[in-house]
Amino acid sequence: MQELNKRTIRTWSRLGQRRTFFGEAIPEIAENKNIMVTAADCGETSGISRFRKSFPDKYVNVGIAEQNLIGISAGLAKEGACVFATTYAIFTLRCLEQIRQNCGYMGFNVKVVGASAGFAMDIGGSTHHAIEDIAAMRAIPNMTVVSPADAAEAYLAAHAVSEINTPVYVRLTGQANCPMIYSEPYDFKIGKGVVLKKGTDIALIGNGILLAEVQKTAEILEEKGVSCTVVNMHTIKPLDTELLDELFNNHKLIVTVEEHNIIGGLGSAVAEYKATLSNAPRQIIIGVPDCFGKAGEYMYLLEQYGLTAAQIAETTRSFTL
Amino acid sequence: MTDQVKLVENAAQQMRTYALEMTFNAGRSGAHVGPAMSCMEILAALYCGVLKFDVKNPAWEERDRLMISKGHCVLAYYTALVVAGFIKPEELATFEKNGTDLAGHPSMDLNRGIEYSSGSLGMAFSASVGMAISAKRAGRSHKVYTLLGDGECNEGCVWESFMAAAHYKLDNLVAIIDKNGLQLDGATKDVMDLGDMEKKLTAFGWEVSNIDGHSVSALLTAFFKIIRGKPHAIIANTIKGKGVSFMENNPEWHHGTLSQAQYETAIAEITGGVPCKS
Repeated sequence: MQELNKRTIRTWSRLGQRRTFFGEAIPEIAENKNIMVTAADCGETSGISRFRKSFPDKYVNVGIAEQNLIGISAGLAKEGACVFATTYAIFTLRCLEQIRQNCGYMGFNVKVVGASAGFAMDIGGSTHHAIEDIAAMRAIPNMTVVSPADAAEAYLAAHAVSEINTPVYVRLTGQANCPMIYSEPYDFKIGKGVVLKKGTDIALIGNGILLAEVQKTAEILEEKGVSCTVVNMHTIKPLDTELLDELFNNHKLIVTVEEHNIIGGLGSAVAEYKATLSNAPRQIIIGVPDCFGKAGEYMYLLEQYGLTAAQIAETTRSFTL
Repeated sequence: MTDQVKLVENAAQQMRTYALEMTFNAGRSGAHVGPAMSCMEILAALYCGVLKFDVKNPAWEERDRLMISKGHCVLAYYTALVVAGFIKPEELATFEKNGTDLAGHPSMDLNRGIEYSSGSLGMAFSASVGMAISAKRAGRSHKVYTLLGDGECNEGCVWESFMAAAHYKLDNLVAIIDKNGLQLDGATKDVMDLGDMEKKLTAFGWEVSNIDGHSVSALLTAFFKIIRGKPHAIIANTIKGKGVSFMENNPEWHHGTLSQAQYETAIAEITGGVPCKS
């Protein structure tokens, strides 16, 4: 594993989450572990070529066949490999039942890596926008669901998920040149949220590359005299309820922000836990408001759905005033 | 070969008897009796001399893997596992009872010889392709066998697997298609015509054996065929409900319940008039 420093983190942010995950982390993991990588005709765009050339026997391209992607991965996992199976996040919905039976029910050690989730394939249009994947994967028993905030975290997440022998859905967001949340090395632990900034009034909870907008939201609100905590909840399942307890005890309002439908994602996960508590602050769930929209560039799409920092700040203020 | 044929035929008869008893004991829940009757000889042949396995060491790395993709054939599967020694005959009484390990579709349990939880059609075949790739790349000599139904071949992922197995030249993979010609809603040719499977699979790059799936000698000959560089498909032409006259070729017996009188008639037909003590 590489020592993280400012330079590598900057280089990786240029590569984006996917190419850092497959181009940097995966070849390292393959040096010491019995892993296999399977892809549904998207290996090269994922930056797999370095791994494929070094470990040709550990790579299986199944063609454009997502159901078979998961089935073949399950067979490889059954024979002892830790399998990283990748396709575009939206197409993981096509093989959802395969994931449910093989990963959830039978528990095969397959890491389903959904690339270009959320609005990463912006001008590709709604057929390519994965805004329901967290909801679907989270509802499957035994699945862990992780959404790294930047390329460095994608690198750390790849190593971390390879250390556990259970199925995981890794949601990779953004494209190349993705924003940096981290500039220093830090301790990444599955199931442990990270407080990026401490405040006293509002807790803003996000994940994925949209976290960069959440950080900007906090700056806007701070200027208006609202003190904000910012949390990177990179693991949606299992949820870090210990951290949530702390946030609920010390803030007046909880705001969850996600590049996902408002139904079934991070906001829902937080709300489900909050519903079990007798005394917890109010929550605003900000995300895609359960609709499809027009195609456009990434920032245009965020604007359409009210997900830019200014809009998140405005929505938050409308609840606090 | 003659001795082995006799052994397999006896096993198939024993399995059919168990299966009828299980169906009868399942009472009003009933069981998938028709699609089990069609593959009795196939499974009996596999467990009596074709598959390498060790009941005392069910996870033996060099064992042949049998994946049951048509998971609704449990009456044939569980009873074959009794013949093989993985399941005790008395355990069959728990079939479809609350909390059972022997459910209406198999649940992965290597100690009982069950490799995979099937029931969702097509899935075990995909996994078989992955297992065969794994064996090939690791240089292991064991084989992977998959039992599919012909109705199951309606599933798109089955054809993804046919393609992938030929692409990766999986000559360690054998797919047996229990072609009984019927599925839940009626005749396969009426519901979704599969056309000429032999030609289709040959065109997909498979070696195809098109045989009588109730002929034990034909099954054994096909299983022992040596094929290099491509996967082997055995199209086993069978009769749904085989062995019981009122079930044969009748789609209503895809899943059914047996009355006392039907049970007795069925048992008499299977055993040639002599009730079998199981």
